[in-house]
Order: sequence, then structure tokens, then C-alpha cells
Amino acid sequence: MSALLRTEGVYKSFGGVRALDTCTIEVAEGTVAGLIGPNGSGKTTLFNVITGYNKADAGEVYLADRRITNSAPDKVFALGIGRTFQLTRIFPRLTVMENMLVASQHSRAGARKRAMEQLEFVGIDGYHAALAGTLSYGQRKLLELAYVLVADPAIILLDEPAGGVNLSLVNHIAHRIRELNAAGKTFLIVEHNMEFVMGLCDQVTVLDSGTVVAAGPPDIVRTDRRVLDAYLGEDIEETEDDPAAAEDA
Amino acid sequence: MTEQQAGGPGTSTTSRSVLKIDGLVAGYGGGDVLRGVSLEVAEGGITCVVGPNGAGKSTLMAAISGLLRPRLGSMIMDGQDLVGRSPRQILRLGVVQVPQNHSLFRDMTVRENVELGGYILSDRSLTARRLEAVFEVFPQIAGWSGQKAGSLSGGQQRLVEFARALMLEPRLLLLDEPSMGLAPKILRSVFDAIRQINAAGTTILLVEQNARAGLRLSTQGVVMENGRVRLSGTGREVLDNPEIGALYLGGAVSPG
Repeated sequence: MSALLRTEGVYKSFGGVRALDTCTIEVAEGTVAGLIGPNGSGKTTLFNVITGYNKADAGEVYLADRRITNSAPDKVFALGIGRTFQLTRIFPRLTVMENMLVASQHSRAGARKRAMEQLEFVGIDGYHAALAGTLSYGQRKLLELAYVLVADPAIILLDEPAGGVNLSLVNHIAHRIRELNAAGKTFLIVEHNMEFVMGLCDQVTVLDSGTVVAAGPPDIVRTDRRVLDAYLGEDIEETEDDPAAAEDA
Repeated sequence: MTEQQAGGPGTSTTSRSVLKIDGLVAGYGGGDVLRGVSLEVAEGGITCVVGPNGAGKSTLMAAISGLLRPRLGSMIMDGQDLVGRSPRQILRLGVVQVPQNHSLFRDMTVRENVELGGYILSDRSLTARRLEAVFEVFPQIAGWSGQKAGSLSGGQQRLVEFARALMLEPRLLLLDEPSMGLAPKILRSVFDAIRQINAAGTTILLVEQNARAGLRLSTQGVVMENGRVRLSGTGREVLDNPEIGALYLGGAVSPG
């Protein structure tokens, strides 16, 4: 398996605060990859760098063997990287179908038919004439997924697809991802719902303070001491003046 | 069975509880975020709630301070149920929350910000006495009193927020992720301040993302996951419980 998406030593800081530091990840073609880490570990920033919403201060991003570092978002999208956002970005005052047609970017015959197929696939075709702003939060997530699928990207980046949606919808989304993956789509998923990530992903990369601290299959990653350390936080106490530690002695 | 009742055998046998939460169910819109939370906050201690994203920690804080009305359950403080009371009533009963995000008025002085903590006090001389007492606990803040709050560092602003909360001499101080957004180097001073407040007699309920540091600091620890209390005990017991990892990373834990 070759890497479809790869970052090499990406560095990004915001006003002196380091968000990504020599961040190197790989997503193999045809896999579902997970990107996890505690709050503020740099997951969304890495998505932003890959998709051109943030510029890397250093390092490279490759799609297959093509260098795409700091390309504009629309170019990255056209090259085959689709992406959803943690907080959905749709046009609330356009209908669901109009949102889909915006995504298809041209009005060639069949665009509407293809859009409807994607809406059917995610399960919101019944709402095609509704204003997108009237959709529930979960339905907006499905619309965003359908919207991304219209462009038929090689790889899809999902930012918290299971965040804030109910359990049956979480399962629905997981099934759709599996189906798309079986048909050849590659995924990179940021998600805090561990059951979702561990159940769905072939490989999981763990970020902490902008750096990769572990990468591997879910079962290996979740028993990795460094991963637990990342999630439980750094112990800031000095042991000598710590009464709890003294008790143990 | 991984659930243990807070306040069960082996915990807080001598100290009474300031707040006893039982079967609390609360949420936003159609869904429940808290699905039956039960825990006790021991008087004079620091109780720390930790848990992965989405566990319901901040929702619990919102429910206690009255910003979110619970659907079921009770929250008994000094014989009175907080459920159904307004944030203002709950504040008057002595529950004061320091919110997660920076909440100072940046263009006002540090002193003005701290004084605002006492806005429900009707007696000006009482406000002055409280301010003096607060400055005694945090002499460094007295030194900054004439500066604009916005000129302070993130860690310093946290201390001012603590001081502001102390103006009401809270019966229960709620701290929602005090380490949020602070550099590791600053954390220590913030945690020292929490310990100092507690040593001066204030009972604290703390929600913390840095589980290790939070539990180490605390007398009691609670791990929430998916809207429920999954582990509880002394801070140290919880920290040393191997199941805590499974609660954060999924997997080995038995289904609750």
C-alpha cells in the first residue's frame, strides 16, 4: 500500500504558539485512518494545513506523489481532497439541492441527478427542497458529506463526523463510511468518540502538542502508554511536596 | 460493573457533603448529556471531575449553577434542592462558578473586576472588607489592582477570576477547566492557587481536562464518561485505577 496522503515535518505556529511541530503522518490508499489526540493537540490545524486553509510555516504535504503544500483550498479540493468541518459549513438560506448544486460547481446535465443520488445515499433525499438552515445538526452533517461526495474526491477528511449527533445517526454515518471505503474511498477522520474511531479505522495516528506520539492499528494505539499520557495530561506536581506521594512512601 | 457510588464505603466517612447530586438527567434539545449522574462533594475538600470529551463535565457544571435546568434528579445543598432554581438564586445560596473561558472585562482594572464579584452584595463596606480579605489570600493581585485586566497574562487573569469568585465567600466554588488554554509552565501557579483557596476553607468542585494534575490535587476524584459517573474514590485511587485509560481510549472496559 502506498501513501495517498502524506505530511512531512509540518510546522505551524499562531503568534508564537506552536500548533504543529514536525508533524508527519501517512494515510495509505484505500484505508480508513483516524487522527486523535486531546483538545488542542493540533488535529484541526493539520486538516487546515492539508486543505490549504492554513499555511504551513515549514514542511510539506503530498497527495500521492504530488506536492500540494500551501495550495489554495479550492485547488486542493479540485485535486481530490474533500473535507467536512467540525461546525458544518452550509448555505442555510439555500435549499438542500441548491447546496448540492453549488458543490458540483457547474450546471451540466446530470448534476441534479447525481446530487440526488448522493442525498439518497446519505439518507436526506426527502429534504432536497427544504432550506438547509432548517435541517437538524445531524442532517447538516449528512448534507456536508453528500456535498463532499459530489466532487468524487480520492480522499475525504472528516472533522468530528460523530460529534454532537445521536447514537443511531453515529451508526448510520459509520455504515456509510464503510460502504464508501469498500468502494475504494480513502478516509482521514478526526473524532473524539473512541468507539467510533477504534471500530472504524484501520490505522490511528495520535497527536499531542502538535506532534505524532503514536501511530498504528487501534488495538496497539489504545494500549500505548504515550497515548494514555497524552490524554490524561502531564503531571505538573513535584513529588517531594506532594502529600499523596508521601503517603505511599 | 464498573460504576461505583461516590461517597460509598471507604470514601468520606467522616466529612459531610456540601452537595449531594442524585440521578441527575440533563441535556440540550432532544438529547440527554447527563444520564443519571450521582456524586457527592465533601465539605472542605477538592472534588475533581475528569473524563473524555463529551462525557458531560461542563454540562454538569451548567446544571449545578442553574444555567441548564435538569430534567430529572436532585442536587441537595444544605437541605435545599438546587433543581429548578435560577442561576441568581443558586448564586445567593453560595454556589459560585468560574467559567471555562476568560471572563474578565479587559478594559476595566483588576480591582474593578474583582469588586464586580460582589455585585449582589448590597453593603458597600462588606464589599470593601471582602476585597481586603481576598487580597490577603492573593497579595500578588493587590499589586496588580490598578492595571487593566487585559494587560495580564492568561495565568494571571485566572487568578483574578478566582479572586472575583471569592468575593461572595462561596459555600461551593465551581471551577470549569481552569487549566484550559494555559501553558504547562503557568499551570503550576494556577493549581497552587486552587490549593491555597481550599486551604483557606473553601470547598471546591473542579472539572479538569488535565486529569493527572487535577486528580493529584484533589481529595476526591470522579471519572465521567458518556453522561455517567464511571469511577470514583479518592483522587489517588482514581488516578491509579487502570480502568481510567479504557474510559478515555475505549476498549477494555466492560459495557456500562
